[in-house]
Amino acid sequence: MPDRSFRAEQSVSIKTRARFQGGTWLLRHLHALVFSFGQLVRQPANTILSASVIGIALTLPMSLFVLLDNVKMLTHSWEGGAQLSLYLHQGLADTHQQRLIDELHVMAEIERVLVITPAQALEEYQQLTGFDSLGAALGDENPLPGVLVLFLGDGQSTLETVDELVGELARRPEVELVQSDLQWIERLHTMVDVVQRGIGIVAVLFGFGVLLIIGNTIRMGIQNRHDEIEITKLVGATDAFIRRPFLYSGFWYGLLGAAIAWILVASSFHFLAEPVRELATLYNSEFRLAGASVDSVLTLLGAGASLGLAGSWFAVNRQLRLFNTV
Amino acid sequence: MIHFQNVSKRYERGGDALKNVNLHVESGEMVFLTGHSGAGKSTLLRLLSLVERATRGQVIVGGKNLSEIKRSQIPHYRRNLGIVFQSPRLLTDRTVFDNVALPLVIAGHGHKEITRRVRAALDLVGLLGKERAQPIALSGGEQQRVGIARAVVHRPPIVLADEPTGNLDPVLSLEIMTLFERFQQFGVTALIVTHDLELLGHFAHRILSLRDGMFKHA
Repeated sequence: MPDRSFRAEQSVSIKTRARFQGGTWLLRHLHALVFSFGQLVRQPANTILSASVIGIALTLPMSLFVLLDNVKMLTHSWEGGAQLSLYLHQGLADTHQQRLIDELHVMAEIERVLVITPAQALEEYQQLTGFDSLGAALGDENPLPGVLVLFLGDGQSTLETVDELVGELARRPEVELVQSDLQWIERLHTMVDVVQRGIGIVAVLFGFGVLLIIGNTIRMGIQNRHDEIEITKLVGATDAFIRRPFLYSGFWYGLLGAAIAWILVASSFHFLAEPVRELATLYNSEFRLAGASVDSVLTLLGAGASLGLAGSWFAVNRQLRLFNTV
Repeated sequence: MIHFQNVSKRYERGGDALKNVNLHVESGEMVFLTGHSGAGKSTLLRLLSLVERATRGQVIVGGKNLSEIKRSQIPHYRRNLGIVFQSPRLLTDRTVFDNVALPLVIAGHGHKEITRRVRAALDLVGLLGKERAQPIALSGGEQQRVGIARAVVHRPPIVLADEPTGNLDPVLSLEIMTLFERFQQFGVTALIVTHDLELLGHFAHRILSLRDGMFKHA
């Protein structure tokens, strides 16, 4: 006689709520995660092909972002040690000027103050232009104002601080005019903003493309497993149970695609590093092309995985509706 | 255990599959259901497994009116059933063990429990040694027995079988039917669709005949 423990459980029960025990729940997800990865590993050619398509689609926006990071770094290095020129009013009393200099010394943003007296300015002008006789021609009347050149500290050269400082100093009665050398950097910043937004649009478009690729891959996977899904539903599987491995497949596709994109970006930048170094040397610059930062790699992997999950979510829900009769 | 009260099923295309059917199957009873193709046998099973819903009338299983079961509750209701198909419909990318374990995995049983129950079910159908085999390596009769093990592994109170011997020779068919009879001894209510009248001669169970969607009362 076979095992007597084999006895039908007599009552027909309809549990309205699925058992939700934390441990079981986690275990099921873990199981689906590993199971779906195993399925992908068992079809290496298919998996690599699909993941590569995703990877290539992610490579373009990713490399643009890394390039942009490099440009930002380059402009940032130019920002260091910005200068402000303070043109003082003609005939400003020395005591007033000294008081202003003392006050400037106290300000946290300012590292160093260089004083150019009207006499020094005239001398410099004569040297530069070769008008040696200019001083004699002008007599005692020196038309040049006194100038204070302010050197800002390293951390103080952002556009905001400089703008604020310019406004503040321009209001002072001793000062006739404030000039910053940061205007072109401001223009560059605006340009970078425009480019950044453009790259953002490209990233959204390619992200949408990845969503569609993964959705389609999962859709085909579901159609290949039509019979399996039907049987699983007939033995009492919930939609969530059926959805789970497909969701995780999408997750793996996205993550693998992102990893491939990372490899592609890293190798392209490695390939470009030497020529860029040479170019920079020709411009007397120490600039070196930087690869993707840890942050941006993590963002890439996160974005890939999320796109994978989202793409398969749409595909699975759409496809499962077709099974509603079963 | 199973009651049909004036049940009709009309398909939008294809007309009436069941017409005013009444059926009563006691708990622990084994019933054969026969009839030519298109007589409504499969429709009856589809109503019981909630693949379809009745157009009119009531289907009551284990005291529960199936029309009251919401879509989201259907999976939980189905865990009370063991369904055997004409072709075994095994998952070819998994071992015999994993195939049989499926209903238990779905119901969220632990690993130990699953192993114990799968082995008990495989023992019951005489395939304990084939746990690690791939379904494709088994004969037709063995595959069907794996399908049966999968249908009863979670000890459902009701087993529904749709032509379970349809693809098998007479000797194997008799073997399979005897297996169902054994489940009945364990308290299972079994509803078995078959058109093999010769085979039914070996058994002393109630036989119901469907013709054109109605029971033909003998």
